[in-house]
Amino acid sequence: MDGKEREITFKQAISEAMMQEMERDKTVFLMGEDLTKFYGGGPLGATPDEMFLKKFGSERVRDTPISESAFVGAGASAAVMGFRPVVELMFVDFHGVCWDQIYNQAAKMRYMFGGQVKVPLVIRTTIGGGMNFAAHHSQSLYSLFAHVPGLKVVVPSTPYDAKGLLITAIRDDDPVVFFEHKILYSYKGPVPEEPYTIPFGEAEVKREGNDVTVVATGLMVHKAMDAAKKLEEEGISLEVVDPRTVVPLDKKRILDSVEKTSRLVIVDEDYERCGFAAEIAAIVSDEGFDYLDAQIKRVATPNVPIPFSPALEKLVIPNEDRIIQAVREITS
Amino acid sequence: MSLSKAKLIEMYRKMVTIRAFEYKIKELFSNGTIVGDLHLSIGQEAVAVGVCAALRKDDYIVSNHRGHGHCIAWGVDIKRMMAELFGRETGICRGKGGSMHIADFNINMLGASGIVGANMPLAVGAGLAIKLRETDQVVTVFFGDGASNQGTFHESINLAAIWKLPVIFVCENNQYAESTPFSKAMLVKNIADRAKAYGIHGEVVDGMDVMAVYEAISKNVTRPREGNGPVLMECKTYRYMGHEEGDPWWMYRTKREVEEWKKRDPVISFKTRLIKEEVLTENDAKKMNQEAEKLIEEAVKFAKESPWPKPGEATKDVFVSPYY
Repeated sequence: MDGKEREITFKQAISEAMMQEMERDKTVFLMGEDLTKFYGGGPLGATPDEMFLKKFGSERVRDTPISESAFVGAGASAAVMGFRPVVELMFVDFHGVCWDQIYNQAAKMRYMFGGQVKVPLVIRTTIGGGMNFAAHHSQSLYSLFAHVPGLKVVVPSTPYDAKGLLITAIRDDDPVVFFEHKILYSYKGPVPEEPYTIPFGEAEVKREGNDVTVVATGLMVHKAMDAAKKLEEEGISLEVVDPRTVVPLDKKRILDSVEKTSRLVIVDEDYERCGFAAEIAAIVSDEGFDYLDAQIKRVATPNVPIPFSPALEKLVIPNEDRIIQAVREITS
Repeated sequence: MSLSKAKLIEMYRKMVTIRAFEYKIKELFSNGTIVGDLHLSIGQEAVAVGVCAALRKDDYIVSNHRGHGHCIAWGVDIKRMMAELFGRETGICRGKGGSMHIADFNINMLGASGIVGANMPLAVGAGLAIKLRETDQVVTVFFGDGASNQGTFHESINLAAIWKLPVIFVCENNQYAESTPFSKAMLVKNIADRAKAYGIHGEVVDGMDVMAVYEAISKNVTRPREGNGPVLMECKTYRYMGHEEGDPWWMYRTKREVEEWKKRDPVISFKTRLIKEEVLTENDAKKMNQEAEKLIEEAVKFAKESPWPKPGEATKDVFVSPYY
């Protein structure tokens, strides 16, 4: 990293990635609901009017009606036709209304048409609880997308990763779904000014440790880091591995870490059943069974809709205490 | 009739080729040579041929699960189509799409979808790409009366309308969504009437008359081509066969109804007209039928002799990047 690095927020990192890619490549355009005028820059605030609309005009920064099937499908098709659309769909919870266009059309066009086309589409959306948004605005759901062949799934945890991974997503020739945790939007971190890419399928060890491997994504990386700090005082050393992309998945780095620590906890804000944590557990059980000295623990959202009441929401979203408890169960 | 004799003959040839192709695959399906699912468009040939004849070669089409007619009318290679239906390596989609997913991007045929109504957003995207490129091409999407009750119909037409995209929405109203008659699925008499709700032009066309379809599309293609937004063309037609092969269609409609529609058969009536106008003789027509059948037989031979896809094909092209 050079001298141009400064601290910016996760949200600013997302904006910067899109801005720089739009400047670089005329085929990149943005499309989504209320992108330009709502709160002066979209419901997520990642597309400030004065940065995007003023600079690129309404042809490349397109406000859409509330017609998710139409504009997500249109994004997929425009991608096939040679563009690189970045489609914003506010909350992952809304994807149900256009799921067909994502999992049957965008994800499958290349395969079912025998490789005739590529689909360089990016869908940006937000995930996560902790803001009392209740059952329709708080889910994580990236496991659903990872389940479908043909979609790449990115879950960044830091401003640095968000910028580099989003630039990679925009330049990638396959459909990418990019999951931004709402609470991370205000997180600050060092980010270089110039454009850079982070390859998909490369996990990062966010914290080195010797006793237990903790695999976590998105906001859960930070919860795992907090847990690691506390446990350090007790002499338990956690190694926190952030896969950064769920598809493709860096199995090697996870297995290498488990080989070192012999213990594994997976922290996943998505629902527990048939999810990302279960997938990691299955892979380690299959390919790293001999490394393990204890059972694999999952710390995930239980299989209930996300409740509104703050008293209940904090019970279901994985937190530091639950991570610590899981670690204790396999170390004591 | 202002069309050249050659063009008229070509249109008739396309119609008999579609019919010969579909009767042949019907036979191959019933004897187990072709597997999977087949949705035949026998009876609807005038729509595919009339629409495609009114478009330019550099325009685009988007098809659906009942799409063999669109493909042949547009000019997709028949041998490679047949090989696709056989699931062979030489298939137009390397045997991985089958009957419902034929695509040929080399000739701007943007593929077919197996999900009813799902192809309309894709046509909107193609229209958007054309608009952003600032060319004067148009994209035509074919869908049925069933798809007209999907949310994608509403969303797509509305989006194309507000953005003034060059999309021709062609509804092939073949009277049935699987087994559900059109009259039981909506109260409006014409799907084209819904155009008003989106502030665009809609028109009802006799979908059993290839010249009526040709003329209606020719007249209305200028609107999208000149940047004035989409049109909704409803072609009233009829599906002679079931929704899919194996569907006992006589359980939801009468044989008499089918016979009534067959009296206005699009292939026979066009032939009669061409003979009357001295474009064709009965002998020419017979010869063209034989030629079409020969072409189809050659395609079957090609498909049968083609190899199956190699095992590695199963994991190829999930992504542009290597498989994982």
